[in-house]
Amino acid sequence: MSDKRNLFNKVWDLHTVQTLPGGQTQLFIGLHLIHEVTSPQAFEILRDRKLKVAFPERTIATVDHIVPTGSQARPFLDDLAEQMMSAIEKNCADFGVTLLDLKDDRQGIVHVVGPEQGLTQPGMTIVCGDSHTSTHGAFGSIAIGIGTSNVAEVLATQTMFLNRPKVRQVVVHGQLAPGVYAKDVILYIIQKLGVQGGVGYAYEFAGSTFDVMSIEERMTVCNMSIEGGARCGYINPDQTTVDYLRGRPFSPKDADFERATPWWLSLASGEDAQFDDVVVFDAADIEPTVTWGITPAQSVGVSQPLPRISEVAPEEQTLIREALKFMGLEEGQPIKGTKIDVAFIGSCTNSRMSDLREAARIVAGHKVAGHVKAIVVPGSQLVRRQAMAEGLHLIFEAAGFEWRAAGCSMCLAMNPDKLQGREVCASSSNRNFKGRQGSPTGRTLLMSPAMVAAAAIEGHVTDIREFAGAAVC
Amino acid sequence: MSNNEIKSVTATGISLLLDDIDTDRIIPARFLRCVTFDGLGEHAFEDDRQQDPAHPFNQLQFQGAGILAAGRNFGCGSSREHAPQSLMRWGIKAVIAESFAEIFFGNCGSLGIPAVKASRADLEKLAAAIQKNPKLEITVDLQKLTVTAGDIAFTVTMPDSARDALVTGQWDYLGRLLNAADKVTEHAKTVPYLSGFRA
Ligand code: SF4
Repeated sequence: MSDKRNLFNKVWDLHTVQTLPGGQTQLFIGLHLIHEVTSPQAFEILRDRKLKVAFPERTIATVDHIVPTGSQARPFLDDLAEQMMSAIEKNCADFGVTLLDLKDDRQGIVHVVGPEQGLTQPGMTIVCGDSHTSTHGAFGSIAIGIGTSNVAEVLATQTMFLNRPKVRQVVVHGQLAPGVYAKDVILYIIQKLGVQGGVGYAYEFAGSTFDVMSIEERMTVCNMSIEGGARCGYINPDQTTVDYLRGRPFSPKDADFERATPWWLSLASGEDAQFDDVVVFDAADIEPTVTWGITPAQSVGVSQPLPRISEVAPEEQTLIREALKFMGLEEGQPIKGTKIDVAFIGSCTNSRMSDLREAARIVAGHKVAGHVKAIVVPGSQLVRRQAMAEGLHLIFEAAGFEWRAAGCSMCLAMNPDKLQGREVCASSSNRNFKGRQGSPTGRTLLMSPAMVAAAAIEGHVTDIREFAGAAVC
Repeated sequence: MSNNEIKSVTATGISLLLDDIDTDRIIPARFLRCVTFDGLGEHAFEDDRQQDPAHPFNQLQFQGAGILAAGRNFGCGSSREHAPQSLMRWGIKAVIAESFAEIFFGNCGSLGIPAVKASRADLEKLAAAIQKNPKLEITVDLQKLTVTAGDIAFTVTMPDSARDALVTGQWDYLGRLLNAADKVTEHAKTVPYLSGFRA
């Protein structure tokens, strides 16, 4: 009999330790990633209750949020950041958890490091005290962000309680047009389904558009599932997934890898797999997409005007007014041509090799507009090193970008990289919330790294398809 | 983290009936530079309060409020438990909203903060009553799943599992999980990637 369960339900069932009378599942967690911001209080809970880490080899720590991307000399200038750094060092040493810290060339943004090291694998349950844990779903795993109390629970028991979500298949068919990237696909999906459309659901991204994507592109898509309200998003494992994992430091080796491969592939949702809901989009309808507001769903295709207040549903109007006012934009105006002050290429959404290569290709031979401050922040030390081996840093620097060390940087500005005052930032990150990039009044326009690169050069929001230097591909 | 039964919460109210209030607004990231949750209460909604002197959290008459009435998709965005921690330390003991983001909802449960859903119309009625009388006592009853305040009364919803945990005082999830340690050890043996993909 064929297995009609989708991947999500197969993996969930495999990790179910017990189901409580109230319906909650005690779920075994295969991989626990931790970082310096959401773990210190969890370790304190363990100390208070005299508990150990149950499966220390299933937890890996790195540092990313507070890490300065300029000088990384210790102690950090920011006392609080230094305290957090010392705390994770001590906690990992005391509890026997491996820490990839600044001295370790495997350090980087936790959602870049996991996949890069081969820690993230199909069929796993993966948690991290960070909402963008959804990124790891790109491999066909159940990957969800959790709070600090949950971090303590997983440290102490390698399990947590969860209610099984429903599963919605989000299908996109067809080939993306030139200049349209994975980032545009997910921004488009969020625009269509809304920021709370995914609440209560896991998203399975399926269809030919995702089939031909690289793993890095799939990570960009899954990364922003949470921006659509879905706590997790995933893509079925296929040969692309297997090829990516072969030879990575934590990937299974030799005979193990040979046994792992068919198992991984067998997890994929079959032709007749069942879903609680299915939505279908056409890749041909997606153009380069830019957010104009204060939620990731407030976006438009770059050739489109901003919405008019009278044209949106009455219950949406308050939020649209608030967003326009905060952003200093007018209803109905074009987004193209909006002046920017800062260009940021980085974050767990778009700081991998493919992102940097594409951005470098666009800026090559150009200069950043005089009034724009532009920075590139690789997602990990390994990405940084690879990019430098390919000479990408030279291209960025020649164009006037700053080339930084790995970390979260200006994605959330818990470190020295911040917007100032009302600055407008063209950003390859994932959140355009008020104050997200460090200035309470700073403004964020989310877009693909290629679009950020073009905006940096022109000094304003530019349609990558019309951008002079770039033969779009 | 003691095993306290939370059957109802009675307190005065504060309302913030805006939609898509994200966790960066509840507690801006710069206040996450800390190794304990102490002191987060005073920074709840810090930037919104700076930008809007009329923000409810700034108003004298709402200091001491314990029940927050909020809009749709409250607490969206980051997983930071700092968000409900800051609300709790500001004084919030229960949240009534049109809907919640999931991680935020779960975090509230971990802290013993009831987070219940109500219709927009009922929330608007409640908000108006709070505005009119900041001293109005509001009761969120988790057993009956009702909210009462003066002559206002309406029903609310909450998933059974979350409600039962609060009502029976079993929202110390860690204790419950620890009790199943042997089962977990056994279960780990059946996970393919922990057994050389032979399981
Ligand atoms: S890059 Fe941004 S979204 Fe990603 S983990 Fe860091 S702060 Fe969070």
